[in-house]
This record gives sequence, structure tokens and C-alpha cells, in this order.
Amino acid sequence: MSEKKTIRLIVTRQDRPDSAPYEEEFEIPYRPNMNVISALMEIRRNPVNAKGEKTTPVTWDMNCLEEVCGACSMVINGKPRQSCTALIDKLEQPIRLEPMRTFPVVRDLQVDRSRMFDSLKKVKAWIPIDGTYDLGAGPRMPERKRQWAYELSKCMTCGVCLEACPNVNSKSNFIGPAPLSQVRLFNAHPTGAMHKEERLKAIMGDGGLANCGNSQNCVQSCPKGIPLTTSIAALNRATTVQAFRSFFGSDEV
Amino acid sequence: MAGNREFFYRRLHSLLGVIPVGIFLVQHLVVNHFATKGPESFNRAASFMEHLPFRYFLEIFIIFLPLLFHAIYGLYIAFTAQNNVGRFGYFRNWMFMLQRLTGIITLIFVTWHVWQTRVQAAFGADVNYDMMANIVDNPFMLAFYIVGILSTVFHFSNGLWSFCVSWGLTVTPRSQQIFTYVTMIIFVALSIVGIRAILAFA
Repeated sequence: MSEKKTIRLIVTRQDRPDSAPYEEEFEIPYRPNMNVISALMEIRRNPVNAKGEKTTPVTWDMNCLEEVCGACSMVINGKPRQSCTALIDKLEQPIRLEPMRTFPVVRDLQVDRSRMFDSLKKVKAWIPIDGTYDLGAGPRMPERKRQWAYELSKCMTCGVCLEACPNVNSKSNFIGPAPLSQVRLFNAHPTGAMHKEERLKAIMGDGGLANCGNSQNCVQSCPKGIPLTTSIAALNRATTVQAFRSFFGSDEV
Repeated sequence: MAGNREFFYRRLHSLLGVIPVGIFLVQHLVVNHFATKGPESFNRAASFMEHLPFRYFLEIFIIFLPLLFHAIYGLYIAFTAQNNVGRFGYFRNWMFMLQRLTGIITLIFVTWHVWQTRVQAAFGADVNYDMMANIVDNPFMLAFYIVGILSTVFHFSNGLWSFCVSWGLTVTPRSQQIFTYVTMIIFVALSIVGIRAILAFA
């Protein structure tokens, strides 16, 4: 055990949002049970690259460190995922870290996911419960349905599904799978359903639901196992009905 | 409807691919299959189609206009995708890529095929068994036609799958999986019909 074990990482770096990306290699000492974040922290502690040159510490985003916030998503060995749950012992070396380039790169591995939050606003991904007076308790939700809806509510807006989708790119304005599935979640809620039509009409607009090309990469990539393609197909059915209603009118209010 | 155009165009694209273009494709392949029963049999079937009443109306509204819209909007769809089968080699992602690739191959094939048959007919050529036999006499053209037929049939079969998803007919993963098998059987069956017909001319 005289030889010290090390980890090799190749990080795609970018100094400014508009500058060209470049690769930098690092070799850091191995410790048991490391994840990609603790490896990046080691680089930050001692920012020296594999050639022994002093460099700037790598920038990345992180918050909860337990795969519920979605902030630390990046492309690890070619696949988008959270760096907190990417364990070094389970990764092939050299470990390649890249930013999710579907989003604007801020610096190094840090990206700006604002477009996802804008999309959530666009599709009204919330339940309006405020009035000028106490509206009282809303309708009850069956327990079985609550458990089902909980799965959809696990979405952490991490951006992995957008990174995996071939139709989310600079040539299209597709909002991507995550905000679409949120429409299904909030339309399923007994109080949320009161604004069902508004949400459906929002996703029937430009960059909406119809841009899905059914590559189904999203459902394969979602770290939370959200049935995104089932949500999209269910919304396809709901918007078919909505389109006929909008055009011909309806006997229902 | 102004802000709603994309949704409408996409749904129209999906619908036209099946009705009427898909139905026309099946009909066309079935009529061609008469060639396996000999030249007279094919000529009789082709002449029946040629002498249908309202022929120009049927050609324009059942074939050319829907096909033109489907092709042009389809090109736009194909070129807005950024294919990534290298990074995500899942089955459906391959089908996504192949759907776009076969769409482009089919467009090239159909354009050539229309020029070689329908446009020549408008210039006075007779559309019959001998016309096709002369075309596929050239081994290069025979190969081109076989690739074109397979590509068209694949695009139709897999398109039927996405049609069912896009209109919300198949929602659950199980229904989508079963329909994958159904459309693969359609692909194989129609390919046999198409290939048998073209080989009957060779």
C-alpha cells in the first residue's frame, strides 16, 4: 500500500458565459466513499491540475447534497445526472465532467436553468388558494390519488430531461418534459383542476406540448423515475379534447 | 388561433400522415401487388385506378396537397431535432432518429418516383407494367426502389405509433409497448407486399 491511489478527472471548463470551453485534467488523492462533489471540493481546496500547474478552482452549483434539489446536475461520463449521487467508486476513470450545455453556461460546470422556472410560470404550475376572504378547505383528494400525484411532485427542476431531449435545443423553443408533467400534476389536484383549461391552453401554445417527438429519452434519464412520457401522452389526450372544446364549444362549463 | 398555430400544424401533420397519405400508401402497395399475378392483372388494376371518376380532384386532395404539407412541415421538424443516439442509445431514441432519416429518404424517393411515373404520364407516357419493368431493368434503380419502399413503409409504420401517442390514444407504457409490436408487424407485412410487387417487375 505504499502507492497512493488517485482519481483522474477531465473537466470541461469555461471562464465566462461567452468564452470558449477547454478541457483541464486533474489528479486528486482517493478517499473511500467519495462522490463527484467531494472530488470537486478537493480540487477547490488545492487547485492544481494534473500537470502540476496552479489553476483556478472549478465552479459548480450545489445545495442539498441528497438528490432532492436538482442544483448539482451536470454531464458525468456522457450522461446528465446529479453530481451528489454520482459515487466515484461506481464511475469509470478518467471521470469526464461537462456542463449541461442545453442551458447557458455561467462558468465551468455551473449553468443557468432560469428557462425552466419561466416555463413553470408560463404553465401556471401552482394551485391558487388565495382570496380576499377565507375560502375554507378545498375538496378532498382520495389517498390513492395523492400517492400517485406524489410521484409527479418529486420533480426537482434539475434539467436532466431537457438535456436528454433531442427536441430541446437552440433551434427550437420547446419547453421540455418537466413543466409539461407539472401541468398533469396540478390538473389532477381537486383545487388545481379549477384552472385546468388555462394550463392546457398554455401548453397548446408555441414551444408547447406538440413539440414532443417521442424519443422518450426523458423518462429513461429522469433521476426521480417520473413517468414523463405517460404524462405527455395523457396531456396529448387532454389537449385533443380541449382543442375540440375550444373550437366547437362545449355543453360543460 | 394565432398563438395556437404550432399545435394545429403539428396535429395536422400527424393526421395527414395517416389520413389520407398512409391510407393511399397501403392502397398503392396493394394495387402494385397485382403485378405478382402477371402483366395483364397489373394493367387491369392500374387502369381501374386511372379511370376512377374525379381523378384530378382525388389526386390533388387525397394525394398531392396532404403529401406536400406533410413533407414540407416534416422537413422543418426533422431539421429542428438535434439527434443524440450516440449519448442516449435507447430504442425509442433510435426510432426517433430513424423516423426523421426515413422521412428524408422517402421524400427524395417519392419526388423521383412521381417524376418518373405521374409527371411522365402527364407528358403522354403510358403508365403500365412495361413502364415499371423498364425502370427496374436497371439494377441501380431496382436497389433505389427497394430502399425507397422499405424507408416509406418504415416511416408509415413507426409514424402510426407516434400518431397514436400524439393524439392520446396510447397513453400507458404498456399500451405503447404493445403498439410497438403491432406497428413492427405492420412494417414487416407491408414490406413483404411492397418488395414482392417491385420484384415482380424486375
